[in-house]
Amino acid sequence: MTFSLTGKTFVVMGVANKRSIAWGIARSLHEAGARLIFTYAGERLEKNVRELAETLEGNDSLILPCDVTVDEDIEKCFAQIKEQVGVIHGLAHCIAFANKEDLDGDFVDTSREGFLLAHNISSYSLTAVAKYAKPLMTEGGSILTMTYLGGERVVKNYNVMGVAKASLDASVRYLAADLGQHGIRVNSISAGPIRTLAAKGISDFNSILKDIEESAPLRRTTTQEEVGDTAVFLLSDMARGITGENLHVDSGFHIIAK
Amino acid sequence: MSVADVLERVTKIIVDRLGVEESQVTLEASFKEDLGADSLDVVELVMELEDEFDMEISDDDAEKIATVGDAVNYINSKN
Repeated sequence: MTFSLTGKTFVVMGVANKRSIAWGIARSLHEAGARLIFTYAGERLEKNVRELAETLEGNDSLILPCDVTVDEDIEKCFAQIKEQVGVIHGLAHCIAFANKEDLDGDFVDTSREGFLLAHNISSYSLTAVAKYAKPLMTEGGSILTMTYLGGERVVKNYNVMGVAKASLDASVRYLAADLGQHGIRVNSISAGPIRTLAAKGISDFNSILKDIEESAPLRRTTTQEEVGDTAVFLLSDMARGITGENLHVDSGFHIIAK
Repeated sequence: MSVADVLERVTKIIVDRLGVEESQVTLEASFKEDLGADSLDVVELVMELEDEFDMEISDDDAEKIATVGDAVNYINSKN
């Protein structure tokens, strides 16, 4: 089959700045010819998203606010997308958050509030977004989220975010089972650590990167472009037989026993 | 690298990231109090400085950088 996303529209949630994984995905989708819809949370990030979108050649992106902790906000966002674009073909959910103090020290010290916050933004938001995206995917669709090895195994300092990612991984499977009959696929990418704004919140992040360079089969850290290109594959019809899957894009680090 | 050279490169990054005037970026200026940076801005600035000067700034060291002068002195001490 020939490969092009021309004439298809994808929602990209979670661009914070040029280093964001979401931005890597957006760039790869754009290169493949897709039309983009960006969502952002809060005015502070709106400026960054608008500036970045302007750098895309022939930019015709739609940029909308969407606070994933507020159901009405998600509903309103997708109502606007429906009004202005109609049909969407896929969605990349690249959203996670935890308090900085919960990404250091012992997991056992996580507060109830910190636990719920991390799960609300990093895990439940996928289900909430899928619910409102589903009616717009009338030609079939592909939903993609970003997870991490810390949801499968214990990664130092990843703590509550690892537990939230495990919940997100299970959500991918249940959503895939629900939405498959509507022609909608749901998958995740488990990216190796990338130097993003969010990653910098994890205590001693630089040493996690060093570890990958020394022991991952490919002996290098993962890039935004590598994740972006894999995202294009999973979001496109090239991956039409794949759902409920978690694909590791991590230089092979997940196969190494340490 | 001279102090003036480091200051010039640091200033360019701060003006670009925080949208402040070059004249506001003095050695005594505090990122948070004088230049209006929030905690995310500070993390972004630290990452930009790491890239610009090809260096690693540890979490502990980053926490001690409060003013433009602190950043310039830190970069000079590592080069």
